[in-house]
Amino acid sequence: MNAFNKLLSGAAMGLALSVTSMAAYAETPANMLVIAHRIDDVTTVDPAESFEFAGSDISRNVYGRLVNLDPNDLAAGYQPDLAESWDVSEDGKTITFTMREGVKFHSGNPVRAEDAAYSLQRAVILNKTPAFILTQFGFTADNAMETIKADGNKLIITTDQKYATSFVLNCLTSTIGGIVDKEVVMANEVDGDMGNTWLKTNSAGSGPYVLSSWKPNESVLLTSNPDYYGGAPAMERVIVQHVLESASQRLLLERGDIDIARNLNPEDIAGATGADGVKVVDELKGRLMYLALNQKHPVLSKPEVRQAFKYLIDYEGMRDSFLKGQYTIHQNFLPATYLGASDEAPFTYDIEKAKELLAAAGVEGLEIEIGVREAQERMEIGQSFQNAAAQAGIKVNITVGTAKQILARYRARDIDVYLGAWGPDYPDPQTNAGTFAYNPDNSDAANATGLLAWRTGWDPEGLTDKVAAAVTEGDRDMRVKMYQEIQAEFREKSPFVVMFQQIEQSAMRDNVMNFSTGQAVTAAAYWQVTK
Amino acid sequence: MALAEDNKERHPRVPLPQWLKTTLLTLGSISVTLLGLLFVTFIIGRVMPIDPVLAIVGERASQETYDAVYLQLGLDKPLLVQFLYYLWDVLHLDFGTSLLNARPVSEDIARVFPATMELATLGIIFGVVLGVPLGVLAAVNKGSWIDQFARVLALVGYSMPIFWMGLMGLLVFYGILGWVGGPGRVGIFYMDVVPPVTGMILIDAALDRNWEVFKDAFSHIILPASLLGYYSLAYISRMTRSFMLEQLSAEYITTARVKGMSEWNVVWKHAFKNIRVQLITVIALSYAGLLEGSVLTEIIFSWPGIGSYITTALLSADMNAVLGGTVVVGLIFILLNIFSDLLYKVFDPRAK
Repeated sequence: MNAFNKLLSGAAMGLALSVTSMAAYAETPANMLVIAHRIDDVTTVDPAESFEFAGSDISRNVYGRLVNLDPNDLAAGYQPDLAESWDVSEDGKTITFTMREGVKFHSGNPVRAEDAAYSLQRAVILNKTPAFILTQFGFTADNAMETIKADGNKLIITTDQKYATSFVLNCLTSTIGGIVDKEVVMANEVDGDMGNTWLKTNSAGSGPYVLSSWKPNESVLLTSNPDYYGGAPAMERVIVQHVLESASQRLLLERGDIDIARNLNPEDIAGATGADGVKVVDELKGRLMYLALNQKHPVLSKPEVRQAFKYLIDYEGMRDSFLKGQYTIHQNFLPATYLGASDEAPFTYDIEKAKELLAAAGVEGLEIEIGVREAQERMEIGQSFQNAAAQAGIKVNITVGTAKQILARYRARDIDVYLGAWGPDYPDPQTNAGTFAYNPDNSDAANATGLLAWRTGWDPEGLTDKVAAAVTEGDRDMRVKMYQEIQAEFREKSPFVVMFQQIEQSAMRDNVMNFSTGQAVTAAAYWQVTK
Repeated sequence: MALAEDNKERHPRVPLPQWLKTTLLTLGSISVTLLGLLFVTFIIGRVMPIDPVLAIVGERASQETYDAVYLQLGLDKPLLVQFLYYLWDVLHLDFGTSLLNARPVSEDIARVFPATMELATLGIIFGVVLGVPLGVLAAVNKGSWIDQFARVLALVGYSMPIFWMGLMGLLVFYGILGWVGGPGRVGIFYMDVVPPVTGMILIDAALDRNWEVFKDAFSHIILPASLLGYYSLAYISRMTRSFMLEQLSAEYITTARVKGMSEWNVVWKHAFKNIRVQLITVIALSYAGLLEGSVLTEIIFSWPGIGSYITTALLSADMNAVLGGTVVVGLIFILLNIFSDLLYKVFDPRAK
């Protein structure tokens, strides 16, 4: 749809909806939750492989985990789920989980320590995209059978070195920690694939919902598990309909044909806010918007220049205009709601300050290229930055391209400034600390394309060690303090200009209670929802 | 030599019968067209600035994971070799698995194509049933208010963005009046109620004699189908008008009128009869266009059809799905062409 069409349809919808009222609306049944959401990113529902947002929503509701996050109290951190309790050995390397008794899979099979061991071994051996969340603890396909094993009702995992228990357990709350029904999965194994092909489109979990059907780009149907150990969910059926268009989602919501619309654009959110029987709920998500200044650039690597760029961002202007309702100002690499996240935001839009810093660095007539992916909000941020930089005497040339073009250059350390978005991979601070502030080998030969610090050509020096120390710190409060310090140092000296954190706005019928999209740390949960 | 002569005698050369010759020629032309289509799509898919590997592994995968998938997809092989591998699979009716959702592409197409076919067929029925008479009326009453009305109707159809019309239609008929169903193929109560036989819900519901589902599905399809029908109507009515005007000014029509033939007979039995062949081409092309899937209509009405399937696949670099979808759409075009050729022969004795 071109801009003209968008404008036309937006204006017409806005006008029409403001002067008319909806026909008497229908209502979804009291025991059914109907959600409109974009689900075209679901590529697989195998917990060992699933790594996308809508896929994680399915997994979170279908698979139990050893430890899990409570959707009603996410700030409390991990809680017992299929494991009732755990003990950590003195050397900090072995965690012994005691399984909860009497829990059954959807198939009726009991959930045993053997299933838990199989699930984690399987994720390590299959080594799909999210496997690094487990393999970072030293588990490999070769040692998985020894390092992850069941003993009666106990599951014993042994890591390659001492890690913070909170780090290990936080990781186990992510999608890859989903416990599958070994018997069912083995029965569907083809050519030694550990049931991967079958689990891509089927489920074998013990969670509050059973996956009844998934039609790609069409719908997901979940049916409640009446035997769920936490009590049968109030919503007996959850239907997630793939509705791409925001205006269509809004119409469905206002007509009462759905309960929740998850992808309304800012105009439709503004419109739905005043609608009868509709409420809008904001939740902070993990996605951050940042600028990365290539440290291989002779000028951008000067400390004053790095600092100056942090004053060349019109934080409030952007937040209050085209990012309104979708992003909030955030200047730290740990998203708010993460363990240890700092909410310090010392940088403001200050051209004079930036000029002073640039002058102190002896910079004059600087011309740089910024790579921006072809997404509306990113291009607008790029333009805002371009204007601000011009006022400080820096000429910014914007290169807009596809993910392949721009990302490839960023990964090859071949772009002056990259305007990026980053979402955390798992609900532990290490997920972002380990990429923004950790880079043990900054040489080109290291080719550590997975690390943002490496892509930016930045050697974080002392921070690398501090990040490594934080993942082994056993004391949770001490760990929080360490991350606070790392973030403070990072804010001041890093070549990353962290600007915004995403907000997800869900519009829902006002009788929907307790719905959570999982904030920054996890996915959406349906079992606690009531109407 | 003697042996060869002997063979010749035992197997005298029999000229191929005409029907076989025609069939072989048709099949030959289908194969060449399809091969060309496949080749062009394949090449476009490979030179497009999207990265199928990145689509699978995600942007934070390590170089090793990236390389492993790169090799697994055979992207290291020369382009021609990749194409030949693909061609070999297609010949075995294997379009591969979708890179993204891990299902066989043929299975996906079998799910999305009937949705489009249902919508397109209903749309073209609207377009023909209303568009042809409107075009004829406009031609017969050239310059009258009917002609002006048809012109305005067609003009609006040509110029209004389908996206806007769709949203306004939804707002008025679904949002405000509540006369029709909203986006989606059926209401939530009727999902997966009738067993899928053809994949077209109206037909499946009728086969199952489940009239409740039929009614609900009809209330969902009526708006998008009317919208598509309207756009075909605009085109069909204008073309019908222009074909008819050409015929109505011909001498044989004047002769017929002079002979005292009724106006009805002049218009329908003489003039209209002679535009049938041209109309068939117009209608077949419109229908083929609809069967390609109207992406915008599918998006607004959350209609899981082949248009949005191919578009989503393209945007996510799922080349197997794009190629599979393109082959199906190409095949539809070819089949409709053959079908309209056959109809020519029925309606126009000169074409035999």
